Amino acid sequence: MNAVTENRHVPVVHPTHKFRLLLRREFWEHRGGFLWAPVIAGAIILVLSVMMILVGEVAARRASADNTLVIENEHVTINGLDLGALTSKLSAEDMRQLAGAIDASLLMVAGWPLVVLTFVVFFYCIGTLYDERKDRSVLFWKSLPLSDAETVLSKAFSATVVAPVLAVGAALATMLGFLVVLSILVLAHGGNPIHLLWGLANPFGLAAQLIASIPVYALWSLPTVGWLLLCSAWSRSKPFLWAFMIPVFAGIFVSMFGFMHLFNMETGWFWQNIVARLLLGTAPLSWVQVAHFENVQHFDGPAAVVSLINPATVWSSLLTPQLWIGVLAGAAMIFAAIRLRRWRDEG
Amino acid sequence: MNALHVENIATPASTAPVVVARHLRKAYKNKVALDGTTFEIPAGRIVGLIGPNGAGKTTALKALLGLIPFEGELQVMGRDPRTERDALMQDVCFIADVAVLPRWMRVREAIEFVAGVHPRFDRARCERFLANTGLKPQMRVRELSKGMIVQLHLALVMAIDARLLVLDEPTLGLDILYRKQFYQRLLEDYFDEDKTIIVTTHQVEEIEHILTDVMFIRDGRIVLESAMEDLGERYTEVLVNADSSDAARVLKPIDERNLPFGKTVMLFDANTPSGTPSGVTRAQLAALGETRVPGLADLFVAVMKGTYA
Repeated sequence: MNAVTENRHVPVVHPTHKFRLLLRREFWEHRGGFLWAPVIAGAIILVLSVMMILVGEVAARRASADNTLVIENEHVTINGLDLGALTSKLSAEDMRQLAGAIDASLLMVAGWPLVVLTFVVFFYCIGTLYDERKDRSVLFWKSLPLSDAETVLSKAFSATVVAPVLAVGAALATMLGFLVVLSILVLAHGGNPIHLLWGLANPFGLAAQLIASIPVYALWSLPTVGWLLLCSAWSRSKPFLWAFMIPVFAGIFVSMFGFMHLFNMETGWFWQNIVARLLLGTAPLSWVQVAHFENVQHFDGPAAVVSLINPATVWSSLLTPQLWIGVLAGAAMIFAAIRLRRWRDEG
Repeated sequence: MNALHVENIATPASTAPVVVARHLRKAYKNKVALDGTTFEIPAGRIVGLIGPNGAGKTTALKALLGLIPFEGELQVMGRDPRTERDALMQDVCFIADVAVLPRWMRVREAIEFVAGVHPRFDRARCERFLANTGLKPQMRVRELSKGMIVQLHLALVMAIDARLLVLDEPTLGLDILYRKQFYQRLLEDYFDEDKTIIVTTHQVEEIEHILTDVMFIRDGRIVLESAMEDLGERYTEVLVNADSSDAARVLKPIDERNLPFGKTVMLFDANTPSGTPSGVTRAQLAALGETRVPGLADLFVAVMKGTYA
């Protein structure tokens, strides 16, 4: 009986979903950067393409009315002739070139949200641990039963996985939108978009490749993400300057004194493997330098662009020591950022 | 299972002190913030930690909360906040000051977040507290007034069934209506015999009536540690007439201030600074004039005399 009355104060405990909530919290705060920035970048490039197509159409119509336009085989896209008749006359090699050109243009359009991602992730990482100290909201987060490790890891995960997934989503939507625009264009010129675009080019393959490249992006960007988080947790002011100046001045120092020659290495090695890895890792395709291109058959013409994100190429970087050493360095810097967040005293 | 419960209850929380601090030391670059600070806080109390600016109040609280490294021995509910902070924060909550809720957050996001990460957060309770305020779920913190931010923070914290609540200047910059409401809610809807509250503030008069214990801190040392009811035993304020003021001064008042019309208010301590009885008796004081228990603010001023000199 006694036990029951005293039990009033055995607190009601309910299960928690800390990591999920931490990720959601990052998304709430950075919805603009993670979601809207890539979406808007995609929307802008779509609107621009539509405008350029319209301008091209008008120009082509005027030109064909004047009957002065010389149509060359490569410039098959926009002009006033019968596309259906044209494609039936193309040779296999021409078809391959055309497919490559379409794929390349799809990738160009899809690339814009990913370019935006580079900057979003960079500035997210450099700001996140610094801003919470600056506005003192870190004291609110620390008043909850959340460890520094959970918090910092949720930020690293947001930067390397959540943001890229959302940006790739925006890229795919942009690509789809562009294909729809092209299909309408092809239809308007009497062509068959299923045959000419969706069948000839490889939009679904491209989509799968973009998605498949996310894990490589996450691993390759770790040293940059770790370095920026570390600077963000460490600096008392101007984290961006510190993050930028330390590697760049180290690079200049090394270049000036020929320091790398002591190890029989070129100065370029330092810039490429240290400075660039600390600062440029959030850019998609920045792992290209270590990827292997042996599997690529057509390394010429427009198809070359597409072959950059060929899964064999992308995943080949997983076999390089550069990637895994970078992962280790990134993990070490994230660990340091966790320790710093634990003990940093904001007087 | 049952046996476990009984065992838990056999050692009620109120017997062990919530905080045991011995010889805490923390030096910043230019000054020593904690200098051999030693104190104990029993469970089920509301303790006011009061001191002038720069006396080490906030540093002491930060040490309790495991936010800073320091030297010395400190146990909060049997745990060392330096090494066991993550476990400790299940039972401890704090409001640092009014401005720390993230400005981008919406009211509903704050509730959802705390509900998702704190195992002892009672969502219904929080929503009940917020129902009586002007706060709407879709409002962002940056759109709220200072007073409303504190209402939100307090609702979040009061819905957490924590054993120790630390409040560092929680009502700084609020108007009197919000300040009164803040402490009233805390007392009526939150505090009970299993909870302990530590509060620092400069508005001593406003929390005087809710405190059970008081600690004065000066230059990183605890200079007075007392239950509120014991203060009246030790300190006496006497309204001395001008003609008996010389006789009163012989008894060495620790402070005096003049009132209009020639009267003087003198404050007497039944102990000497070293703790031994000073020999001043009630009867002696009563002969000098009207006696009463001093207010906390007057006592504070007397004890802290010369701090900024």
